[in-house]
Amino acid sequence: MSDSIIRVKALHKSYTNGNNSLHVLKGIDMDIRKGELVSIMGSSGSGKSTLLNVLGILDNYDEGSYYLDNILISKMNETKAAQYRNKYIGFVFQSFNLISFKNAMENVALPLYYQKVSRKKRNNIALEYLERMGLRDRAYHLPSELSGGQKQRIAIARALISKPKIILADEPTGALDSQTSSEVVEILKEVNQTGIAIIIVTHENEVANQTQRIIRLRDGVIESSKINSAFDIEHIKST
Amino acid sequence: MIDYLEEILSTLKKNKLRTIMTGFSVAWGIFMLIILLGSGNGLQNGMEFNFRNIAKNAIQVWPGRTSENFEGLGKGRRVQFTNEDYDLIKRDLPGIKDITGRLRLMSDVAITYNDEYANYTVTCVMPEFINIRLMEVVKGRFINHIDIKENRKVITLSQYIVDMLFKDIDPIGKYVKVGGIYFKVVGVLENPSYKQSKAAIIPITTGQKVFNGANRISSLAITTTSNTAEGNKRIEDEIKAFLAKRHKFSASDDEALYVTNTLEDFKRSQGIFNGIRMFVWIIGIMTIIAGIVGVSNIMIILVKERTKEIGIRKALGATPWSVISLVLSESLFITAFAGLVGMLTGMGLLHIASVVLSNIAEYNDKIQFIFFNPSANFGVAISATILLVIAGLLAGFVPARKAAGIKPIEALHDE
Repeated sequence: MSDSIIRVKALHKSYTNGNNSLHVLKGIDMDIRKGELVSIMGSSGSGKSTLLNVLGILDNYDEGSYYLDNILISKMNETKAAQYRNKYIGFVFQSFNLISFKNAMENVALPLYYQKVSRKKRNNIALEYLERMGLRDRAYHLPSELSGGQKQRIAIARALISKPKIILADEPTGALDSQTSSEVVEILKEVNQTGIAIIIVTHENEVANQTQRIIRLRDGVIESSKINSAFDIEHIKST
Repeated sequence: MIDYLEEILSTLKKNKLRTIMTGFSVAWGIFMLIILLGSGNGLQNGMEFNFRNIAKNAIQVWPGRTSENFEGLGKGRRVQFTNEDYDLIKRDLPGIKDITGRLRLMSDVAITYNDEYANYTVTCVMPEFINIRLMEVVKGRFINHIDIKENRKVITLSQYIVDMLFKDIDPIGKYVKVGGIYFKVVGVLENPSYKQSKAAIIPITTGQKVFNGANRISSLAITTTSNTAEGNKRIEDEIKAFLAKRHKFSASDDEALYVTNTLEDFKRSQGIFNGIRMFVWIIGIMTIIAGIVGVSNIMIILVKERTKEIGIRKALGATPWSVISLVLSESLFITAFAGLVGMLTGMGLLHIASVVLSNIAEYNDKIQFIFFNPSANFGVAISATILLVIAGLLAGFVPARKAAGIKPIEALHDE
């Protein structure tokens, strides 16, 4: 369907380690529409991290097809992969993954550096995004001087600055307390309202229950893909 | 561009001590190279200074005593050159450019002007002498062929003697008594190698007549038309053979003649210095290689430490080339900066040495014959710079490849 931002068909991936081969993804079919807010759940070893890596063009797959915005993502060289990532995908990680010797503004601006935007310009844009996150006054702080919640908000700002088509969040609340977790999820929901599809890998039900659809992974296949009824009610309530 | 530099500098600033220690070995290598090359140049300049006062392709011959029996004649005979030797060599032997006989009087002669006098060695020569034993005519002129033809009593004196006898008075046209006989001063000379040389030179024919020299010559001095070592050697051999025949001694008799072949000596010294220079380059390069390995080592460690950061960059859109150029430019920066420091320090030291030596030379100009103007010339600086760039790239090669090969997923989950 043309309004799918992600289309995955019969995806297989194995990790080969010498003589051993571990078949991790055993035929995944998945369709994510533009602007959808989806969570992927599954226990350890279900393959959810692997799936996220493939979706994020951080890893190749062996069989099947993956279309991102109708572009076939297949075994591409690292240079092209990097360009695609920069253009289409925003990442949010559990451990924030900010560069420790750069301040908040520089961290947020980094994706624009790889788009060859000039320093002054990209720093200004970064400040705008920090403003939206309510962190303008922390622009020149180093990550070590910020709390977990603040760091994750900066990471989200960084993920947004290149205006990606999708955001992939890998356990974004994993390192945060419950109060901060809710704040971060709220921000993700707001971002989603602007039309960016968001895929959240999580093991927390509270987080999953705030998304439109919950995909459950088990032993490398999709066990279920349910529309979250609670979300619709929430959605209707807010409009 | 500035952006790029900013990136590099921020990383290096993070580990100041490590950066400095890494760069040290490169700086040291370049420093040693410059010092050694400069010193080599200094020694070579000193050596060449020795040759300043003589034509490069001069051959000088002195007579000795025969050490072998030859054609019925015994050994121990004294060889004596005469005007005839001069005439015949000049006329018959090929490859002779300038030739002069030189008559040195038996003992020092008193040269007097008014009340000032002192004893000096008087040398009697042909006008070509000045083309062979290079001297500068500071005032007036050297002796010429008219002086020779007319047996004029004219004399040229070195600046040292002029200062002694005449003080501030202009000596040209004045008369000095040489061994009791009046000679007119026609020129003042200076030895480019030796400021304090005491030269008193008169025409050879005049000398032979006035001081009872008959037709005797003490030595012969020649410049050749050849500029190669082989050519000069050939001419030298011809002269030796000619004199052996005329004076009836064996051509292989080593003590019958004493010959100095300037070009041979010069080329030999040059050969030694070329050898030294090559040796210095080899040592220098090896030291720099050690430095490169040091830089490379540190960069590999740095890359390992920055695995997470590089993974993040890749996830955000850094292409492999971007990562490689990041690492390479860092190593290039360290190497170039360190090398520059080494080069400037080395050249600075050489400059100081040069200044100190010039000051010493004011008092004791013998030093100029040993060590003179030690400097690494521009060509060396350029070569060293190119070497540095190559070194920086080589040093960064392995670490850069490692960095490019970092897989983002592995890097990002690297806790």
